Amino acid sequence: MTRWIPLWLHRLSSPPTFYRFAGAVWPWAMGLALVAGAIGLYGALVLAPPDYQQGDAYRIIFIHVPSAWMSMFIYAVMAVASFVAVVWRIKLAEVVAMQSAPIGAAFTFITLVSGSLWGKPMWGTWWTWDARLTSELVLLFLYLGVIGLYHAFEDRRQGARAAGFLAIIGIINVPIVHFSVNWWNTLHQGSTINFFGTSKIAADMLWPLLVLTLATKLYYVASLCRRARADLLALEGNKAWVHELVAPEPAP
Amino acid sequence: MNRTHKRRLTIVGVVTVAVALAVALGVYALQQNMNYLLTPSQVQSGQASGYRTFRLGGMVKRGSIHRSDDSLKTTFIVVDADGAMPVEYTGILPDLFRDDQSVIATGHMDNAHFVATEVLAKHDETYMPKELKDAMAKAHAGKEIKAEAGTAAGGGNPDP
Repeated sequence: MTRWIPLWLHRLSSPPTFYRFAGAVWPWAMGLALVAGAIGLYGALVLAPPDYQQGDAYRIIFIHVPSAWMSMFIYAVMAVASFVAVVWRIKLAEVVAMQSAPIGAAFTFITLVSGSLWGKPMWGTWWTWDARLTSELVLLFLYLGVIGLYHAFEDRRQGARAAGFLAIIGIINVPIVHFSVNWWNTLHQGSTINFFGTSKIAADMLWPLLVLTLATKLYYVASLCRRARADLLALEGNKAWVHELVAPEPAP
Repeated sequence: MNRTHKRRLTIVGVVTVAVALAVALGVYALQQNMNYLLTPSQVQSGQASGYRTFRLGGMVKRGSIHRSDDSLKTTFIVVDADGAMPVEYTGILPDLFRDDQSVIATGHMDNAHFVATEVLAKHDETYMPKELKDAMAKAHAGKEIKAEAGTAAGGGNPDP
């Protein structure tokens, strides 16, 4: 393997090592996700004041925005992992990419449903074909396409490569989702949180949003670790390390 | 990196760039149709002449809302920075509809005024408690500064 890849990363890409690593990581990630989620929801639903314009209905933002961020973040992870999988044929990259897809699809679905529930009282409609809403729907279809293509192949590794190729090409949609509100006139409002400037949200509304963003990220890590572990066992079922794992040597 | 890897890298790179280019050209060609709405000044400069129905977006002019006594008919004026358009609508309006609110009306032109079949309220990307808003309004009192944003989407920064 080439020299610029750090040794630890190379070592981690071996299935038995990653299996143990993910087993150690996921309980921590899940525990922290639950704690952050509880703190964030308390801040969001109890401590944060009602909005001057939308009253209590704006609280959907605390579900909608973290989910929307995750829908794009997971897609980016999936595309990068697919790229590594397609070019270098690394088994772990295929597993990470394909196991990320259902989690990303779930977050995209939550984004669309929560946005719809928010749109009806505030805008006056459940759905409209503006650029932001349409591109987010395309993102859901891309996730479903990747999942479908992966399962359409008899050989799982071949399926992962084909679906990975679709995932790489689909990355083009992610900047379109993000910048749609700036490039076109849309019904959807512009960005509230600006990382390089002042955010247009009061501080006591902002912190629960950021804590919930952290919680969704941690949940993704935990969920991905568990899914990858199960998938690695299925993929490597005939390898020695799995046999040792499931049928340990009887003690003398 | 051996030759096989380089070949795969090239194929993936070329295909991704080609598709990105195709999408960019497609979107550029559709630019006119991708716009969700037209503003009153765009309509007055003749940009709506090609459409039978279109969406009109802007702010409800303060004090221009007139509700009919015996029906659901409402008339109001939608304004942007340098244009104004009288709108006529019959039906139920969303909760956020009021003076200085950004709205999007779907409908068609009837001589010099716009007949809407649907009116949606567009809210801005600002969230704050009522007390803070009142305090700001007090600080701005007499200066006629509107705290609410216009129709143009703000930002340009990384978040959805």
